[in-house]
Amino acid sequence: MIAEAGLAALWLAAALSLLGLFLSIAHVRGTLEADKAVRALAIVQGLLCLFAFAMLLLVFARTDLSVALVAENSHSAKPLIYKVAGAWGNHEGSMLLWVTVLGLSGAALAALSHRLPSRTLIAALGAQAALALGFHAFLLFASNPFARLNPPAPEGRGLNPLLQDPGLAFHPPTLYLGYVGLSVAFSLAVGALLGGEVNRQLARAMRPWVLGAWIFLTLGITAGSYWAYYELGWGGWWFWDPVENASLMPWLAATALLHSVAVLAARNALKAWTMMLAVIAFSMSMIGTFLVRSGILTSVHAFAVDPLRGSFILGLLAVYVTAAFLLFAVRAPTLREGAPFEPVSREAAIVANNLLLTVILGVVFIGTLYPLLAEATTGEKLSVGAPYFNAVAGPLAILLGILLAVGPLLSWRREGRPVLRRLALPGLFAATALAITFFAIPQSGLLPKFGLALAAGLIPATIIPLIGRNPLRTPLATWGMAIAHLGAAVAVAGMAADSAFTTEKLTAAKPGETVEVGPWLVEFTGVTPAVGPNWTAVEAELRATRGSGVHVLKPQTRFFTNPPTETNEAAIDTLLSGQLYTVIGRSDAEGRWQLRLWWKPLVTLIWFGGVLIGLGGLLALAGHARRAWRRRMAQ
Amino acid sequence: MSRALRLLPITLAVWILGTFAWRLIQPDDPTIRSQLVNREVPAFDLPAAAPGTVGLKSADLATGKPRLLNLFASWCVPCVAEAPVLAELHRRGVEIDGIAIRDTPGAVGAFLGRHGNPYSRIGSDPTSRAQLALGSAGVPETFVIDGKGVMRLQHVGPIYEGDIPAILEALEKAR
Repeated sequence: MIAEAGLAALWLAAALSLLGLFLSIAHVRGTLEADKAVRALAIVQGLLCLFAFAMLLLVFARTDLSVALVAENSHSAKPLIYKVAGAWGNHEGSMLLWVTVLGLSGAALAALSHRLPSRTLIAALGAQAALALGFHAFLLFASNPFARLNPPAPEGRGLNPLLQDPGLAFHPPTLYLGYVGLSVAFSLAVGALLGGEVNRQLARAMRPWVLGAWIFLTLGITAGSYWAYYELGWGGWWFWDPVENASLMPWLAATALLHSVAVLAARNALKAWTMMLAVIAFSMSMIGTFLVRSGILTSVHAFAVDPLRGSFILGLLAVYVTAAFLLFAVRAPTLREGAPFEPVSREAAIVANNLLLTVILGVVFIGTLYPLLAEATTGEKLSVGAPYFNAVAGPLAILLGILLAVGPLLSWRREGRPVLRRLALPGLFAATALAITFFAIPQSGLLPKFGLALAAGLIPATIIPLIGRNPLRTPLATWGMAIAHLGAAVAVAGMAADSAFTTEKLTAAKPGETVEVGPWLVEFTGVTPAVGPNWTAVEAELRATRGSGVHVLKPQTRFFTNPPTETNEAAIDTLLSGQLYTVIGRSDAEGRWQLRLWWKPLVTLIWFGGVLIGLGGLLALAGHARRAWRRRMAQ
Repeated sequence: MSRALRLLPITLAVWILGTFAWRLIQPDDPTIRSQLVNREVPAFDLPAAAPGTVGLKSADLATGKPRLLNLFASWCVPCVAEAPVLAELHRRGVEIDGIAIRDTPGAVGAFLGRHGNPYSRIGSDPTSRAQLALGSAGVPETFVIDGKGVMRLQHVGPIYEGDIPAILEALEKAR
């Protein structure tokens, strides 16, 4: 019954979005006054999706093996948290999560937007209903998560062991909230182009959505990066894998959008550009979903590949993206831009920021799709790897970092104060750091050197906007901006330090032998068997020391029984100065075990920076929400 | 905003979507052509792989007559299955040179004794250096080399009975 209730809720939600779409069209055309009805439909539709998703969680929690999806992806011997999280660790469940977030976003838009003109809001809700309708159709016709299995399976097939990790509980939902949260920016842009006006009011309505989605994307990407880092046992934190890039591209677009929306809100300018970015950002989310779900590109994220599903998503993508861009092409000339910007002003810096972010987005996009485009045009098969992305995107990111030091110090309209003087000290830090790197680490590449120098200057520079202000009276949004920028500087420091200072050792050792990696002496004392709820393992004991104190690390090779798979569980010792990362491999005939050891100074700054960026976003969101609340109370 | 600029996003979108669609309907073809095809074979000089055989160096492949270069190993099971097909090609007058990968003279000698020796020369490549230089990932693998020592075809995996016409055709084309 539970599965049927979920399925019924999904059908009903689909019907309501169809109705909502028609009513909103009638409202925007002026044939029917349907403002309240469209809002109510959007809210009910969102709640129905939530109900369906709750039903899916329930069948997974109970391991109802008469549901095909549960039988294929779960197992009764699995710990409860992975039973529940396993609900979205597969194609159908994750698409239901996507639709649920989409529905809830529409519901929140309908419930919370009071200040938008009715025509814009209803047109936006219509666009949201059109999106929901397409993805409902995909779910119901091509990926039904509630399909029954008759007779029920005696036991489930189990979840991929790589996914049996707390990372699964957090990373996909966070990322989806980000991906799909951008749908609201898309719908608002479509709504404004269709029915209303592109102005400050629209920007203020759009900003919290962009900010919220961007926070989730930031945290989701950060979590995913750390998950891959410790779970895959490869010692890397970013692989330029197509699926990783699929999450990075919406983030880049959302970051640009976040800044251009601020210009629209403050200066009533960059109208066409902001609308286009809003369309691009969610298009990138959909392209990401398509790339991931169609299996069109080869990736470490080995998802089940189904050409029918790929074609279905491609169809949806084609309809939504071409419709939105067509609308943009038709309506863009009617958007009136204001006076041109002064070259030294905050809006000019943001334009430069947007240009750089867009170029980086283009670089990642081309790099990700180039194998596909090359095969389509020349028939040549090739792959694009980290060297391309690092060489092209790296220098652009450094330019962006320099801009990040300058931009927040400029005021809107026209900067009269001598800004460069305020940057003298950070500039000195950066120059000194650069000089030191040339002496201290001559063997590392230019990019890590400049990265370290940039971070040395940027970390103090991002705090300058807060200096000389009363911390209690400084708006939360300003705090948020400074902290997010500081997070970016900290992350850059971590990335550069990782590539400049990491030492790696791959060796085969017998119990009792000692291996040297960086400043550490690591003694391999031996292996013992270990056992968990649904796995057995070989566990090595490593005693690491650098002078005083012993750190004991226990990397494992785990053997899961359902499905039979072998995984490496890295053992990582986190210290203030960095991480010692150890992996154990196989043994050879002479009783030696493969050991991979890394000493990664300051690597944790990468994810700490990511969390700071998210935290900064959260503060800014709270600041905007508080201001909006006060404005409403004042009325 | 100019007309061209306004239409740029939609034009790009349609082009990219078109590529996606093309890729989706295109049947998946997993063969990857070696970058070394139509290039000269990299230089190597290998000692004889077994007692009574002659070693192989890259200059031996540029004798004016097209030939096959077969990578095999005594420890390789598919190579056993391939042996009668190589013998058949040899019977039809095809010149075949071999490289034994990660092998020992005794084992190669035993392999040739059991499955026949179709090779004119056999070089020994105990560390896979020549194999990697040739762009080969495994055994067995066979290359068609034309008279000037230029690689014309890479055949990954064993040559089956059914592959003989294609191999002969490639040899004819390389003439």
